[in-house]
Amino acid sequence: MADESKPQPQAPKHAIQTRGLNLWYGDFQALFDVDFDVRAGRVTGLIGPSGCGKSTLLRSINRIVERLGYVRTTGTIDVLGHDIFGANVELLQVRKQIGMVFQRPNPLPLSIRDNVLFGLRTHRDGDRKSRPSKEVEAQIVEESLRTVLLWDKVKDRLGEPAIRLSLEEQQKLCIARLLPVKPRVLLMDEPCSALDPDGTAAVEELIWSLKGDYTILIVTHNMAQARRATEECAFMLHGKLVEHTETAKMFVSPKNQSTADYIEGRYG
Amino acid sequence: MFEPTELNAHNWRIEQGMRVLFLGMTLLLVLPVVIILAVLVYKGGPALSWAFLTENPTGGMTTGGIFPALMGTIALVLVALIASIPVGVAAAIYLSEYAPDNWLTRLINLAIINLAGVPSIVHALFGLGAFVLFFGFGTSILAASLTLAIMTLPVVIVSTRESLQAVPQPFREACWNMGATRWQTIARVVLPNAISGILTGIILEVSRTAGETAPIMFTGAAFFLPFLPESVFDQTMALSLHLFVVATQVPNVPESLPYGVALVLIGMVLIMNSASIALRMVLRNRKKW
Ligand SMILES: Nc1ncnc2c1ncn2[C@@H]1O[C@H](COP(=O)(O)OP(=O)(O)OP(=O)(O)O)[C@@H](O)[C@H]1O
Ligand SMILES: [Mg+2]
Repeated sequence: MADESKPQPQAPKHAIQTRGLNLWYGDFQALFDVDFDVRAGRVTGLIGPSGCGKSTLLRSINRIVERLGYVRTTGTIDVLGHDIFGANVELLQVRKQIGMVFQRPNPLPLSIRDNVLFGLRTHRDGDRKSRPSKEVEAQIVEESLRTVLLWDKVKDRLGEPAIRLSLEEQQKLCIARLLPVKPRVLLMDEPCSALDPDGTAAVEELIWSLKGDYTILIVTHNMAQARRATEECAFMLHGKLVEHTETAKMFVSPKNQSTADYIEGRYG
Repeated sequence: MFEPTELNAHNWRIEQGMRVLFLGMTLLLVLPVVIILAVLVYKGGPALSWAFLTENPTGGMTTGGIFPALMGTIALVLVALIASIPVGVAAAIYLSEYAPDNWLTRLINLAIINLAGVPSIVHALFGLGAFVLFFGFGTSILAASLTLAIMTLPVVIVSTRESLQAVPQPFREACWNMGATRWQTIARVVLPNAISGILTGIILEVSRTAGETAPIMFTGAAFFLPFLPESVFDQTMALSLHLFVVATQVPNVPESLPYGVALVLIGMVLIMNSASIALRMVLRNRKKW
């Protein structure tokens, strides 16, 4: 609650705020009245048993879930203080500001360099004419790959297909390619579950290093990871948000019985 | 303890029988191809020469070469391609990448499948009615090629759509999640990865088009026309019709002539098929996944 000496309208305290969020896939209701506040610049974990709606919640925050056609949503979602369902909202801008990382690394079938530059070339600063020079592009590629701790490994083979990288490197690349368009929020859906323990540790380390600069919301099934790699944690069950507190608090003294049961492994 | 039972022996005999049966059917399939090629080369080989390919037919089509027919077939196929590729590929992109899954899309798909099943003589009559008469192109390369194009469209659409759909969905989702539009996704990720399949499909289709006779017979191919067409509104000779003519309509043709024509036609098709295989291999090596 520490009041800033200079109030900054540009940086609201909560990067993501949902109110009364309900979501239906056809007739099936997947989210019930979710009120969720994700604090800006922090790493927030989202845990809960399989099928409780974690991915659904994540996918509604960048509105990609609407692609399915048979999805209906009620309630509000504010990202960085702006209603993403507002009348004048351009979906492509929403997706630019909110990067998404998936369970299976999904680098594009392009070279490593073109993967990093894909988003940049897609959005081009919002100006049809602007086309970054080769030098600027090279600099952006280096910066992004350095940020995800991948530069030293790939700097000599930027032209190679991204698919030749190891899974861990692919996942880092998938994070790197979000950065050039300067998103404020990164959503990660079980980003480590396809990786081995070393890869997991490396990606966790990366996520930790990104906090502060980005607001990160990360879904995980791995309790140890939730404990290690998040600052706050939210527990979902049957489409409802049950509990949301500091990670340390949640794992030591969960308020809700079902949270406690889940953390101790009494759910699937 | 490991001795075969009576049942094992029985199953084993069936196994052997089936293997021989399937192998036999496969050989039976290859046999006609081999025989056709062998007969063509044996009987038509002597007719082949540089002059055969580059000179006009003479002596009431019993002597001379097949130059106008060869050029005519190439022209017909090229114009047909120019008409069918843009339409077919665009339609396939729409159906694969844009079309919602509703009754209209299903209806279109059904229409395409049925169009592919329409006999070529029916296409010929349609071409005659639509292009020759209604649009007033007359019997011309344009009318014949458009008829061929209509006939090949469904196959171009289906093969292109299959190539597009072979590009894994997660690639598209990754693009959309980065805020790329559908077209940006198609242009930068989907098409480059589907292009080898698309081209292969088109070339195979071309090779079939080259041999079609019925659709061009009423719409643009001439019986005998010993000079080259000057525009797409002229008639032209074509290899397939020429083969039909010298084989059945003209008296006193030396035996090697029709075989020679057939050999050239098959040669064209084989060259195009090999080109498509080569192209596919080159493009596949450049794939990034
Ligand atoms: N595309 C869809 N169409 C219909 N129902 C869906 C769809 N996606 C998810 N659901 C349903 O919505 C509910 C929530 O799914 P969701 O994928 O959000 O769960 P999750 O918490 O991410 O599970 P997991 O831990 O297994 O990834 C599930 O009951 C699921 O069956
Ligand atoms: Mg999920």
